[in-house]
Amino acid sequence: MGKFSKKKGGGTPAISTASLPDIVFMLLFFFMVATVMRESGEKKVMVRLPSADQVKKIEKKGLVAYVYVGKPIPKYQAKYGKAPRIQLNDAFASVEEVGPFVLKFKESKREEEKPLILTSIKADGDVGMGIITDIKEELRKVNALKVNYSSKKGTVLDNFKK
Amino acid sequence: MAKRELQEINAGSMADIAFLLLIFFLVTTTMESNYGIRRKLPPPETKDVPPPPVIKKKNVLEIVINNQDKMLIEEEPAEVKDVKEIAIKFITNNGKDPESSDNPQKAVISIKHGRETSYKEYISVYNELIAAYNEIRNRYARQKFGKPFDKLTEEEQKAVKDAYPQKIAESTPKR
Repeated sequence: MGKFSKKKGGGTPAISTASLPDIVFMLLFFFMVATVMRESGEKKVMVRLPSADQVKKIEKKGLVAYVYVGKPIPKYQAKYGKAPRIQLNDAFASVEEVGPFVLKFKESKREEEKPLILTSIKADGDVGMGIITDIKEELRKVNALKVNYSSKKGTVLDNFKK
Repeated sequence: MAKRELQEINAGSMADIAFLLLIFFLVTTTMESNYGIRRKLPPPETKDVPPPPVIKKKNVLEIVINNQDKMLIEEEPAEVKDVKEIAIKFITNNGKDPESSDNPQKAVISIKHGRETSYKEYISVYNELIAAYNEIRNRYARQKFGKPFDKLTEEEQKAVKDAYPQKIAESTPKR
């Protein structure tokens, strides 16, 4: 039946790729916006945050001083050992340096923002409480009393899964 | 000089460039979790602070976690999953059980832990305690104002907080 026969030489038409850049750009913008360039360039400690369900979101990211605690990454283990260490900005630090670090951070902010400064402790779930307690004592000494124990959203039972 | 026809720039490689950037951002993106448990530390100790008031033993829920992450609540072994229930029972006792707290305003929860206690164990217990307080406050808010706690106005929230103050004491382990 000639009526329904296809036209001669009609292969599948090529799909137009003209809108491909647009799609890619859309994705690109999404990731550009979602990307958080971490304040500290390099992570020198391994941090696996604990899970908790009574968490609050940090609203003002600019007013948060981060303190990382965890085992040094394998590259640094030869030099610094496997014991948990503190990382401030991008260098290893001792407990005594936490106070001055937070004070310096506070100094860099405007006067009305100073009371809102928050210290976020990003510690690995497996580190001992000793080091955390020392950090808390340091923070108390410099009157930086607002602390955030950074955790993932989840249930506490996730902490005990292998 | 002969005026030449303006040539159009070939935009065919635009997609490639965009892809390149896209892949760069894909790789560098770390969807950083910005959630956490909020805590206000007690102010630094000064010399002229009066000694803390004596608290009756029955008004204190004593939680002890040892260096092997084993927990004792009021000298009974306990698991993380039990903490919330025990805490709620303790806070809302209101003098029913003579061995437990007199009223929510007086109820204090004390956490003692060792230097080797793991951070995740501590966070878990702490989280459960906050969950207990939140549940009690929510219950009270519903009963009194007919709304959950976070829907209340600031004043109402304060009233609820005064009725069930969060009193969690931590003792610092010695070095």
